[in-house]
Order: sequence, then structure tokens, then C-alpha cells
Amino acid sequence: MAPEQKKQPHGPFRFRDDPRLLSALMTAPAVIYIALLVGIPFLLAVFISLSDATTGDPSLDYVGISNFRTVIGDPVFRQSLKNTFIFTFASQALVLVMSKILALALMKEFRGKWLVRFLILLPWTAPIALGTIGWLWMFDSIFSPMDWVLRYVGLLGRPGALLGVNSNLYWLGIPGLAMASVTVVHAWRMLPLATVILLAGLTAIPKDILEAAEVDGAGFRQRLFSIIIPLLLPIMSIAVLFGVVFTFTDMTVVYILTRGGPVQSTQVLASWAFFKGIEGGDLAQGAAIALFLFPVLAGVATLMLRLARRTEVN
Amino acid sequence: MAAGRRVREGFAVYPVVTFFALFSAFPFFWMLITMFKRDHDLFSPANNPFLLNEPPTLEHLDLLINQTHFLKYLFNTLYVGAVVVLITLVVAVPAAYSLARWAGRWGETLGIGIFLTYLVPPTLLFIPMSRVISVLKLHESRWSLIVIYPTFTIPFCTWLLMGFFKSIPRDIEEQAQIDGYSRLGAMVKVVLPLSVSGLLTVVVFAFTLTMHEFIYALAFISVSAHKTVSIGVPTELVRGDVFRWGSLMAGALIPSLPVAVLYTFFLDRFIAGFTLGAVKG
Amino acid sequence: MAIVEVRQIVKKFGDVTAVDGVDLASRDGEFLVLLGPSGCGKTTLLRMIAGLEIPSAGHVFIEGRDVSQLPPRQRNVAMVFQSYALYPHMTVFKNIAFPLKPLKMQREDIREKVMWSASMFGIGHLLARRPRELSGGERQRVALARAMVREPSVFLLDEPLSNLDAKLRTSAREELEQLQKRIGITTLYVTHDQVEAMGLGDRIVVMNEGRVRQVGTPHEVYHRSADTFVATFLGSPPMNLLEKDGLVIGFRPENFLPVQLYGDDRDVERFRFDVTWMEDLGSDRLIYGNVEREFAHRHVVAKLSANVTFSVEPKESYTFAVPKDKLNFFDAGTGLRLEGRFALRDVHGA
Repeated sequence: MAPEQKKQPHGPFRFRDDPRLLSALMTAPAVIYIALLVGIPFLLAVFISLSDATTGDPSLDYVGISNFRTVIGDPVFRQSLKNTFIFTFASQALVLVMSKILALALMKEFRGKWLVRFLILLPWTAPIALGTIGWLWMFDSIFSPMDWVLRYVGLLGRPGALLGVNSNLYWLGIPGLAMASVTVVHAWRMLPLATVILLAGLTAIPKDILEAAEVDGAGFRQRLFSIIIPLLLPIMSIAVLFGVVFTFTDMTVVYILTRGGPVQSTQVLASWAFFKGIEGGDLAQGAAIALFLFPVLAGVATLMLRLARRTEVN
Repeated sequence: MAAGRRVREGFAVYPVVTFFALFSAFPFFWMLITMFKRDHDLFSPANNPFLLNEPPTLEHLDLLINQTHFLKYLFNTLYVGAVVVLITLVVAVPAAYSLARWAGRWGETLGIGIFLTYLVPPTLLFIPMSRVISVLKLHESRWSLIVIYPTFTIPFCTWLLMGFFKSIPRDIEEQAQIDGYSRLGAMVKVVLPLSVSGLLTVVVFAFTLTMHEFIYALAFISVSAHKTVSIGVPTELVRGDVFRWGSLMAGALIPSLPVAVLYTFFLDRFIAGFTLGAVKG
Repeated sequence: MAIVEVRQIVKKFGDVTAVDGVDLASRDGEFLVLLGPSGCGKTTLLRMIAGLEIPSAGHVFIEGRDVSQLPPRQRNVAMVFQSYALYPHMTVFKNIAFPLKPLKMQREDIREKVMWSASMFGIGHLLARRPRELSGGERQRVALARAMVREPSVFLLDEPLSNLDAKLRTSAREELEQLQKRIGITTLYVTHDQVEAMGLGDRIVVMNEGRVRQVGTPHEVYHRSADTFVATFLGSPPMNLLEKDGLVIGFRPENFLPVQLYGDDRDVERFRFDVTWMEDLGSDRLIYGNVEREFAHRHVVAKLSANVTFSVEPKESYTFAVPKDKLNFFDAGTGLRLEGRFALRDVHGA
């Protein structure tokens, strides 16, 4: 007896019961939106980078990889590439250490924890552009409160002072200090996210494992290094990967604090692409510069997929 | 909480958290002080910068509100945010539901794929996006942001919602089907009412992500009256070398606080999404 | 006319065949229990009847109508899930009224129906509560009331008692049975618990590995098991099986008793029984040991009720016996029941 071919359910609203059709209909808008406004622009970025488009003449005439050649030959680009990596790794290293300490502290119960939590989260929860403005004023060349403190304790602005006789450090005016300032702001910004991710990981460590270790006589340091950190490794890598993505591709901090200065010493890929492409009007070169962000992003995405797979298996 | 006892002999907690709280919140404290400081006090390098050395003033606030487009920026932010939230809900809710429920393993993969597009940064796309915007004739319009912002709110919110929908027992939906509803009906009548907290989370995040965005807004909007706070405050209140620090700080602090409060409230769910399900939030 | 009938129904999930060509027809108003170990396909079968799964092949008929491709809402079935699946955001009243909403009934009629159903289950006083404020037993009644309110043509129950504690389960079982008899609605009930199945079912469908092994009254499946699977799945401890020369001889532990307990007029088969150890369960004694060497599997169990005072000691040998009419015979190759009488003497090869 051959099974009869599927009969369609009655009624005009058949799709309401058909899971395949329904899921196609319901997923389509999201997929289409993303394809149209992420997929196409991405391809467009490649086309523009291979053309001679400018704001004045936006037609896409194919010029091959000459933009990439020009861009790579530009010392500012090379500086930007280097800076992008330095900012990312320096700030992430800071974040990794600080978030670990902070997360362990926040595991404890203490009075006023809600307030501490709110304050610590501020750099992440408040819009980054606005938070950075606060830093801009703190790094002011004359009225910096840090300078005031240094002067007050005698490290600055008097003959023989450790940090020099000038009354100010010019945080954003000297290349090395400007780099350090940008790094600190990036670290400041990413610390809350890393901390809460780690905190989530810490709370998820089964208590019996720690208790067993304690019964076995492991001290705090031993538990930290031989149990807590290894168990946290996957979640720490997630925190780091997000930190890398957000720092590596960011231009807000540099744009607001230094606009790449002094003399391009804090320029990063993203801001350089912006200055070239939007403010300078050379769309093709801007697109070419921005595309250099892609390999790192792709690498991070791959790692993340792998992590997701691994957690799925467990 | 029992977990708090685990690390009892680690280190003194108050010095650590005080240090970090100061580090994190100081720029905002600095904004607060500056916003009420008289210019004369502000610009005297010898004065203790952490105190109000002269009586507080509202002149900066007055200038911000009455002589700049600040209120307009706030309105634009709310306007863009509200429409983006709406678009996000309409697109992400059905997608998340069907990916979480019906698509099986294939759906999980597509879900992760959608989430990864959240990582594609504005800095990679703003140049081609400017082309898209000019094709759509949306240059200088708030609608340019409304069209673009869902490209990152939809992926993130879809992912977050997938987690929520997965946590609703399947039995309940099947029961609704038995009780005379279609699959669609079961979703609308049973699943959505049970996901109110998830939907609320998505509303908050879509809005805050929109408010945080800087680069697209900077690239596409240069008409002052159309700017959002995120770009209006840093670009319009600093003209050349003239910094109206008091107003600038007020303009930065006032929008930050409410959004930070909201965000903090919902942060744990946000993290659950971020950790790709490695940790149950 | 059968209320529910499935014909040659198959369900595959990828490479796994969950239900493998099942034919089954319920009788009007009967309490039909689907019994089997977990993974035997009984729940999948129930879900196909409900419309929650679409069969890979074959047909489902409800009241004579082919509903194989229809969604659940067009089948007029009611189902109670193991978890009860109460809507946590609705009051008990709204939970019970929920299935009536799609019927576009008048508000007053809905109210009346809910009251009727609630009073039937004695939960009229709970209508304003939320599910989380109810006890396990109350939740179960709400789930039943909600299932009943639409007066479905079939009532499907998926292990509805397994979430209750042991004491409650017994009283709930009794209630359920009486209720079903009173309402007279055809009921399909899935369980892996043979006590539940024996107690509740008018007929029992024993399933294994996606197939139906036997359909019959509790008495039939217990005393005239269709194959060795059914024989060993039912009963606690299960039926003793002895194998010899391609024939499997089966007898229940409670029929395997010291020969002295049978009268001289009873036609019995005798075995030498070497006792290895014993368990006293209070109401019964379980006696483990071996019969004569000539059988391939010679380890057997005897179950002596507590009012049998016959003394048995480990490491001793006794003569036990089974009445000949209590012997079952199965084909050693297929496991299927062999009808007719086999003289065990021939088997003994004496």
C-alpha cells in the first residue's frame, strides 16, 4: 500500500501550521535586512577599494589594487596599523588583569555593592562618546586635575620635581603620553564588560569543586591558579575576544581625544579610514584602509565559533 | 550568598572596589563638578579642581538648554531610538522564535551566523554605507540612522531572544496547539506573553545600542538640528578651540545617567547573550 | 466505528525509526493504555494521533476521518502532558477557558462550560489562583479540566501521573479511572509503569522498538503474553524463561511453588530447585536459584506470598512445581508464543 501523497490542510491560512513555511517567512526579514545592509555594503566596500571613487566623483572606475599600494606606502597608515595593535593589546592586557581582580572582589558580599556595581559599569553603560568627553577635560593641557594632584604632591612644576619643571604634563600633546592616555581610556571602557563576563563565569563554577579543593587543603592561591583560572579559560577568552573586537575597530576614543594627533602618533586604522574617506573625500582609499580591519575580525569570529561549538559539546 | 564565602581569605575587598569604582566613575564625577562650576573657578589652575570653590551656578545648564540644540539632540535620539526599537522587535522576534524552535541544528548555525554580523563594525562599513544612504536619498536625515541601526540591533537582539524562547517549555506551546490554536496562534497567545521580560530586555538594548552609536551618525549627519546626543554634544559644543566645558560636561552627563541606570538593570541578560550560552544568565 | 485508528503508521527522525508500521484501533469509550519501555515509540505514536508530529507514512483516523495531515486544532483531541503544561501567566479559570476561545463562544457560555468542567474535577474553589499556587494533585486536575472542557472525541494522556508522589499517584489513578468510566470518553494513555497500565487499562498495547507486540486485556497480556518480550516486560519479577531444544518454557514466579502446596489432583510439572539466596519483601518472599542442568537458562525466581509458611533455606534443594496450565511456550528463534500443549516430558527428553 503506497503512502498517499501529503494532503494539504484545509483553510486559507495553511501557513499558520506549516513549520517550514512559517520559519522561512519569519526568518526572512532578518536575513534579508542583514544581507541588504551588511552583506551588500561589505561587497561594496571591496568594489570601492578597487576603484577611484571620491566624494566629488563617486563613479566606480576599476583601478585594481593601486589603492592598497598607495595606502600601504603611506607612513601614516603604517603608524595607524601599528597603533591599532598596540592599543588593542596593551588595553586588553590591562583589562585582563584588572577584571580578574575586580571580579574576584565582586564575588564577595559587601555593603553598598549595588552602588559599586553601578559605578563600575558606568564606562560601558554610558555612551562612549560622552564618557570620553569627561576624559578629554581630565587630560586638558592646563586644567587637568591629574596635573593639579601631581603639583600638589610636589612631583610636578617645581625645580627638581620628578616629572619636570613644567606646570603641566600635556597628556594629549606628547606622543608617548597620548598613546598611554588612549590606552587607558580603552581599558577603562572595556573593563566593565570583561568584569561582568568573568563574574558570570565565576558564579558558574560548581561550588562542590571548590569545596573539594578546600577540603583537600588547597590554599586561595592554589585554588585560583589550579582551579578557578583553568575553569574560567573559555569564558575569559570570550571576554578577551569581545574586547579585541571592540577596541580594534573603535575610532570614537581617538577621534574625540586626539583626532589622531599629535602628528598622527595616535592614529588608528578606523580613524584614519574616516579622515581619509569621509573628511578627506577619498572614498576608495578610505574603504581600502577599513578593509584591513577584516582579517582580524574574521579570525576573532572563527575563534568564537570554535568556542561556541565547544561549549555546545559540553 | 554562599558563593561569596568561597574566596574569603583572598584580599581586602573594600580598597579594591573603592579603587575601581573611583577609576570607573571619576570622569562622571568630574562632569558633575564641572557642570556646576563658575567659569572663573574652572579656569583658575591654582584652585582645587575637585571642589566647588565658588558658589554653584546653573549658567552652563542654561546655556546648554537655551542656546544649543541640546534638547533637539535628545529628541532626535529618542525618535531614532524608538523607531529602531520598533523595527528591531518586528524583525527580530519572529526570526528568533523560528530559529529557536523550528529550524533545529540548521537554525542554531544560522543564529550564530546572524549574531556574528553584530561584530561587523561600523568602521568597516561606513564608507559603502554612505553610498547606500545616498542611493536611498537619506543624506543628512535621521532616517539614515533609522535604516542603518537595525543592522546591529537585529543581530544582537535576535540572539538574545533565541535564548529566551528556548527557555520556554515546548509542552506549553504544544498544549496551546492541542487547545485549538495554530502554531502562529500558540506563539502569539502563549509564547509572547511568557517572554515579556525578554522583550523588555530587547527594547532596552536596542535603544541603548542606538544611543551609544557614534560613527555612522558622525559620518552621515552634519546638520546640527538632526544630530543625536552622541555626536551632537562632542561636535557641536566644541567649536574650534572654544570649549564650553561646563555645558559640555552637563551635556555629556545628563543623557548618560538614565541610560546607564537602565542598562545596569538589564546587564545580566545582556551578558548571558554575550557568553554564547557558555554561562546561563 | 473505531474512535481512533492508525494504519501502517511510521515515524522516522532522520535515521532513527521511532514508530515502525503500527496498526491500532480503539473501541468506543475504552481506556487504552500504551505501555512500553522508554524509547519504544509510545509517546511518538500518541503525538502523531494528537497531530504534534506528522507521520512519515501511514494514516491516522479520528471518528472515521483521515486527519493524518491536519494540525492538532482540527482534530478535536485533548491531551494532558506529563508536565501538565499549565499556562503560568493565566489563572486557573483562564487556563480552562483557553481552549474555548478559538471556538468563538459567547462569554456566558464559556463561563458556564468552565464551571461545569471545574466542578467535575472539584476545583471550583481554585479558579482565581495561578498554577504556581497549586499543589501537584491540583495542577493535574486543572490540566484534566482544561482537556475536558471542549468535550473532545479523544482524550490523550502522556504519563500524567509520573509527576505525583507515590501516595498521591494511587488515589489519582483510582479517580482517573472512575472519571473515565463516568464520562465514557475514549482515552489513550501512555505509561511505562506496568502497575498503572494493568490497573487502568481496558486493553493494553505493549510496544517495543517502534512496534506493537501485543494488544489485549490486562489479563491476556499478563497470562497469555504474545512473546518473550511481553512476558518479561510485565510482572515483577518477570516471567521465568527456560530454554531447551529451540523451545522456551515460561512460567510466572508466583506459580512456581513448592510441590507440597499443590493438591494431588493438580496436574503439575516438577523441577528440582537449588536455592541460592532469598529476599524477604514483607508481603512476599523472593527465592532465587537454579533448576536442572539440562536447560540453557536455568536461573529462576519463585515468589512465595507471606502466608506461605513453607521453610526455604539457601544452599538447599527442593522440589518446586508449576501447574501445567500455567506453562507458556515460545519459539526460541522468533520469541513468539506457541499455542497448544507441549509435554514437558518430551522436552526433558527423558
